[in-house]
Amino acid sequence: MKIYVPLDSAAKALGADELAQAVADEANSRGLKIELIRNGSRGMVWLEPLVEVDRGTGRQAYGAVQLCDVPALLDGTLSSLGAVEDIPFFAKQTRITFARCGVIDPLNLEDYKAQGGLLGLNRALSMVEQDIIDEVTKSGLRGRGGAGFPTGIKWNTVLGAKADQKYIVCNADEGDSGTFADRMLIEGDPFCLIEGMIIAGLGVGATQGYIYLRSEYPDAMSVMNKAIKQALDVGLLGANVLGSGRIFYLEVRVGAGAYVCGEETSLLNSLEGKRGVVRAKPPLPALEGLFGKPTVVNNVLSLATVPVIFEKGAAFYKDFGIGRSRGTTALQIAGNVAHGGLFEVPFGIPLGELITDICGGTASGKPVKAVQVGGPLGAYMPPEKFDTLIGYEEFDAAGGLIGHAGVVVFDDTTDMLSMARFAMEFCAIESCGKCTPCRIGAVRGVETIDRIAAGDATAKELLTDLCDTMRDGSLCALGGFTPYPVMSALTQFPDDFVSKVEAST
Amino acid sequence: MRPPHDQPTDAAILDIIAQTQSREGPLLPMLHDLQGTFGYVPQAAVPLLAQTLNISAAEVHGVLSFYHDFKGAPAGRHVIKICRAEACQAVGANDLAEATLAKLGLQWHGTTANGSVTIEPVYCLGLCACGPAAMVDGKVIGRVDTGRMAQILEEVDV
Ligand SMILES: Cc1cc2nc3c(=O)[nH]c(=O)nc-3n(C[C@H](O)[C@H](O)[C@H](O)COP(=O)(O)O)c2cc1C
Ligand code: SF4
Ligand code: FES
Repeated sequence: MKIYVPLDSAAKALGADELAQAVADEANSRGLKIELIRNGSRGMVWLEPLVEVDRGTGRQAYGAVQLCDVPALLDGTLSSLGAVEDIPFFAKQTRITFARCGVIDPLNLEDYKAQGGLLGLNRALSMVEQDIIDEVTKSGLRGRGGAGFPTGIKWNTVLGAKADQKYIVCNADEGDSGTFADRMLIEGDPFCLIEGMIIAGLGVGATQGYIYLRSEYPDAMSVMNKAIKQALDVGLLGANVLGSGRIFYLEVRVGAGAYVCGEETSLLNSLEGKRGVVRAKPPLPALEGLFGKPTVVNNVLSLATVPVIFEKGAAFYKDFGIGRSRGTTALQIAGNVAHGGLFEVPFGIPLGELITDICGGTASGKPVKAVQVGGPLGAYMPPEKFDTLIGYEEFDAAGGLIGHAGVVVFDDTTDMLSMARFAMEFCAIESCGKCTPCRIGAVRGVETIDRIAAGDATAKELLTDLCDTMRDGSLCALGGFTPYPVMSALTQFPDDFVSKVEAST
Repeated sequence: MRPPHDQPTDAAILDIIAQTQSREGPLLPMLHDLQGTFGYVPQAAVPLLAQTLNISAAEVHGVLSFYHDFKGAPAGRHVIKICRAEACQAVGANDLAEATLAKLGLQWHGTTANGSVTIEPVYCLGLCACGPAAMVDGKVIGRVDTGRMAQILEEVDV
């Protein structure tokens, strides 16, 4: 009997480690032989810890399993959710980037290979550099870290740059509230990221990779380091990648709690051991990146999607999606939501369908007031905008952005003035300090919102002006996009921007 | 009053620095290792790092002060990080944080008088679909309400 208990952080946060121990102990005391597998998460966080049991007739899911359920789980009397693949939230997905996540033992390379792992790399090893780049370009893959820049074009620039050393840097800083897909992928399928980074290295001629992982993710760090060590031991990484004579080394570097270090040039400074101050562009990191050398900086999901593009072909990937948003997006639904988790689908699903039909609305049962899409720099969308299709251009047209595809749900008890204030406060805390509109503007923004709350209605105009200045005058999107949540709150929820003094008397 | 702590010796600091010296861009790994060993980055490490890396002490200090993670003094014996970011706010993180700080009579970053616990804010732990989220000495905890927090505080002996 095989029993799968996730090692994913969200599952652990809901008791998966204690549960795994209890399962092992109970089996032991019964003299029952079981194989306990710590898999990644299937992404249905409201069902975690989601345990799967395979009694030889396929995997049956149970969730959320409590410690007191363990005897019944082993007796076979606990009521099952059926196969994961038949749970509606899962059945409606198209798992491409996350195809293996939660299915395999993340640290078992044989499991990985049995599920299509390394097929993409083997194909890429037989291709010349330009063909590798062209394959990525043809897939239509765009950066999943936020800006949506075409990955193939970025790689092509790095390929074209002549240098004695080039780098592949994976951005695993995942600082946006409401996002956890990078973490899930690393904890659930780390070899996929390794494979994607090696292919990137082959494509542009880089032999060294770094994964810049935020310090808030100690569990992901542990899984990733174990996977890299194994990959080195078996010759997947190192001086002779799979016996091809090609070189690729990989190292994890840990961030130090600065949100702005997710911005690629700040990240590069941080990797070099400097303050994480944003660099002016040009020069592009693709030409002068880490230690001044041509560097690919890509998000975890961008890189982890590369192997399947090589395994199944660019056309396979490109067939999914709408408009210029090709392939799938790994939506992360969080906050006050009944069924939160990771939902991978082709671009093009309406926001409202996601929130209402798939995720079941709020957890509190109260009406949705707003959803914030794209992290702390993303706009608040009221239910009136729920017909917006999830796609880069579609969200832009609706005055928002999809960013790293985090979707945070708020119920009608939320005070949008407080949320706008928090956006400014967060910007003030995390500003790198390089430019004035952000460094000073964010602090003034908090004050101005406090004036509105104190009953000074003229401060609204001031706030609007300030947001214009920040948007137009900031060097990077931290200062430049903080106006999105602030102004979307102000313009769409004017009733919340009234004196809190009167309201409370 | 915090319990007094022994100042690490230069030799102990240099030992740690030496471990990552051959890496590219080693300053952050060095600072992490120092903090991992001592619980904070000792002031005495600044000139030693500067010398080893051939940069000014001001530059080391600049890096040290830029990042929220690095501390100049030891924290409490246990560190509880409470997520303050939006997804956790949507499920009551503000109330949880306020109640916790009030109960302990602390501000953010504060340490209890008996030195047992420090409360830090954190902006997202990647547990946004099971908030409010917290991290206790590196261990993740989801759906933390005031009851669960009381239990956590009891476990860390406040
Ligand atoms: C303030 C700020 C924070 C960012 N944080 C992240 C992050 O955590 N992860 C990420 O992949 N990209 C982040 N980005 C976007 C990166 O600058 C960059 O566009 C991305 O890493 C490029 O990779 P991609 O093309 O694969 O998306 C951030 C940008 C800004 C302005
Ligand atoms: S906008 Fe803010 S974070 Fe970005 S470069 Fe300017 S000061 Fe730094
Ligand atoms: S917002 Fe709290 S864990 Fe992400």
